[in-house]
Formats: sequence, C-alpha cells, structure tokens
Amino acid sequence: MRWLKAVGALLGGTLAVTGTRAAPLPPDRAEAMYHRYSGGGLTADGPALLVRQSLGDKVSLSGQFYVDAVSNASVDVVTTASPYKERRNEFSLGLDYAVRDSNLSLGVSRSDEPDYKADALSVDVSQEVFGGMTTVNLGFTRGADKVGQKSLGFFDQAKHWQYRVGVTQILTPRWLASANVEAISDSGYLGNPYRAARVFGAAVPENLPRTRSSRALNLRAIGDLGQRDAVRGSYRYFWDNWQVKAHTLEAGYSRYVGESFLFDGFLRHYRQDGASFYSDNAQSQTTYVTRNRQLGSYDGNTLGGKVTYSYKKVPGQYEIKFNGALELLRYRYDDYTDLRNGRAYSLSATVLQLYVTANY
Amino acid sequence: MRRASALLMLSAVASLGGCATPEPWVKPYERERLADPIMQWQGDLLASKHSQHVRDIREGARGANGVQGGGCGCK
Repeated sequence: MRWLKAVGALLGGTLAVTGTRAAPLPPDRAEAMYHRYSGGGLTADGPALLVRQSLGDKVSLSGQFYVDAVSNASVDVVTTASPYKERRNEFSLGLDYAVRDSNLSLGVSRSDEPDYKADALSVDVSQEVFGGMTTVNLGFTRGADKVGQKSLGFFDQAKHWQYRVGVTQILTPRWLASANVEAISDSGYLGNPYRAARVFGAAVPENLPRTRSSRALNLRAIGDLGQRDAVRGSYRYFWDNWQVKAHTLEAGYSRYVGESFLFDGFLRHYRQDGASFYSDNAQSQTTYVTRNRQLGSYDGNTLGGKVTYSYKKVPGQYEIKFNGALELLRYRYDDYTDLRNGRAYSLSATVLQLYVTANY
Repeated sequence: MRRASALLMLSAVASLGGCATPEPWVKPYERERLADPIMQWQGDLLASKHSQHVRDIREGARGANGVQGGGCGCK
C-alpha cells in the first residue's frame, strides 16, 4: 500500500496549496425498481428501493433496500447438488456531509442470506480542485462476511479491504475523462462449500487459497456530440495474484428524442484468462483446485438498451421518470464442460430493469 | 532513500504553493453540457448497482467501476 500512501500524501499536499470548491451534495431523490436476471437455469428477481433526503445544506441521508429472490438450477448446481430457492436481503444506509470544500460519504450495508452474511463499512471523500476542472475521489471499504452451509451452519469467515482512487478531468466544454484505480484484498474462506472440482474425473471439494489480492485500472471518456446526444467509452484492466487477468471494453451512445424520451445503448466485451489453479478436470493433484467457471478463461459479450420517459417535470420542484432497461449477456467458456452432455458450456442470460425515479 | 523521496515530494508540493492556481481553461459558464444526465458515467444508482452485481457474480474481475457493491449472492 506504499503507493497509496504516496498518492494520499501528494493529494493532501496539493489540496492544501490550491484553490478548491465544494462539489454539491447529491440531489434529493427516490428510486423504485423491479429487477430480474434469467439465464443458465438461474432466476433472480425482486424489488429495490432508494430514498435520499437532505437535512439542511450540509447533510444528506440515504437508505436502500434490495431483494434477490433466487431460484437456482444452474449447470454446476444440477450436476453436483440439488436445485434450491433462497432469498437475499440487503440494507444500506448512507450519510453525505459537505465539510469545508470536501464531500465526505459514509456508508454501511448488510446482506443477509440463509448461509451467507456480509457487512460492509465504506468511507469516500470527493474534492473538486483547480477551479472545478478536476474531481478527486478517495475511498475505502471494509467488509466482513460469515460463510455458512446448510448442513453445518456458519463455519468460517471472510474479510475484504478495498482501496480506491479516482480522478475525473474536464477536458473541453464537451468532453470528460477519468481514471480509477482500485486495490482489493481478501482473506478467509473465499470459495463455495457447495461447489465441487474434478480431479482425474472424480468430484472433490474445491480448495481455494485463503488470501487474494487484486488491482484494477479503469480509463473512461465521455463526450457530448452536439445533437442532444453523447458517446462514451471505457477500458478496464484487471489482474490479481491468482493469475486472473481480464480486459473489459465498453462503448455506449445516448440520445434524446423529442422532449420526453432518452434512448441509450451499449456494447461490452469482457475477456478473462483464468486462475492458475482452475481446471475443468485436473490431471494432477495440487494444493488448490477449483472448477468455478468464474475463475476460468472465457469471453463475455453484452448488448444493452434503455429507454427513459420523462413523465412530469416541474422546473425547480420535481421530475418523475419511467425507465426500462434490457441487457443480453453471452459467455463462452474456453474450458468448462457441461457434464450433462459432454459439450463445451456457454451461458446466455437476460437482465431486465423496470424502475421509476423522482428528483425533488 | 525513503526519506529522500519524502523530502522530494514535500518540496515538490511546497513549490506548488508559490505558483498561481492553474487557470481553468473551461469556464463554469461553459460547463452546461457536462451537467446533462447523458454525461454521467453511471446510470441511475439502483440500476447500476444491479448490473454490477450481475457481473461481479459471473466474472473474476472486480473493482474500479465507481459503483459501490454490497453483499454476496456469490454462488
């Protein structure tokens, strides 16, 4: 973390000697959403709610509630265990505080499943510098999970540390660019007690290292094209000490149509090289082994679209919008056999989001 | 060596104090287009969080997205 301390020292010093201006607090807002993921034998859907309310001009509070009702009969579940249904509830609370020329955000969240509980605490600081031309963000999240199994109860734990730094720069009156770096470290039980690996064709419990350390760098640019439309692009490189490496490319386009509609579309490509201990069917015995296809080698492509309808707008008072978004996902795995038919496995899925937003 | 690096960094930062603040080349009144919702990196918060959650579960890579994740559902 020496580089992070250096960035922090440099940032702190820079902020101390340059003119600064506070970024405004997030606007008061409410969102209500129905979301649904469906693909590969797994369906997860449910409601989600968000309310944000300011108290005076320095403090803004927010609360979120999010439900995943999961029905899982995916390929790894039906070939090694039994299909199941369960529900995950997540609660989050946030506080934003405008102090001097910074915005400070504190957040806590709790995710609750019958066999997995996750708590997280996050702190983020946002600062505009150089006359508002540059916005710098620093953030930290600490997570603590309890890992369980239906037959054993809660038997282990996992801890997570996330450190993030980001810079957004105004390039021209029409273009913005940003760079974000995030380092994540994990320790504890990082696998899935229900998942089996294959060694010499036989099913064995997977065994993952109890520590993981990863880095990600994300570069983005977005530009107004001048016809009430905008284009955006991003590239992320990810690497970790499990030898997972991944490239993510995304390009999107947004356009207003008439006074009430906004259309958005995007393409996303993901390429991953798998962990050193991933194997579809290991031909030697090693300390660590997994058949978690999330850690394998594969390509993923996503095509997404969204329509926003501005239902009612009273300038200076409130605005209500209806939104519908659909994503089509496809993952092609280099080295993951569908044990039901012996063929290479691929996954197609759809993601649906229907929601209403209100700014007030 | 570390002390020398720290001194170098401190002197570099201190030297900025003697300089004028860089003149913003895009004036505040020229930033109207940048404030439009179509110029946001992320979409609406709940939708971005849901999309990110779907990817976090299915992909080995994580982080640097600007979206606060939460929970697990990592099966």
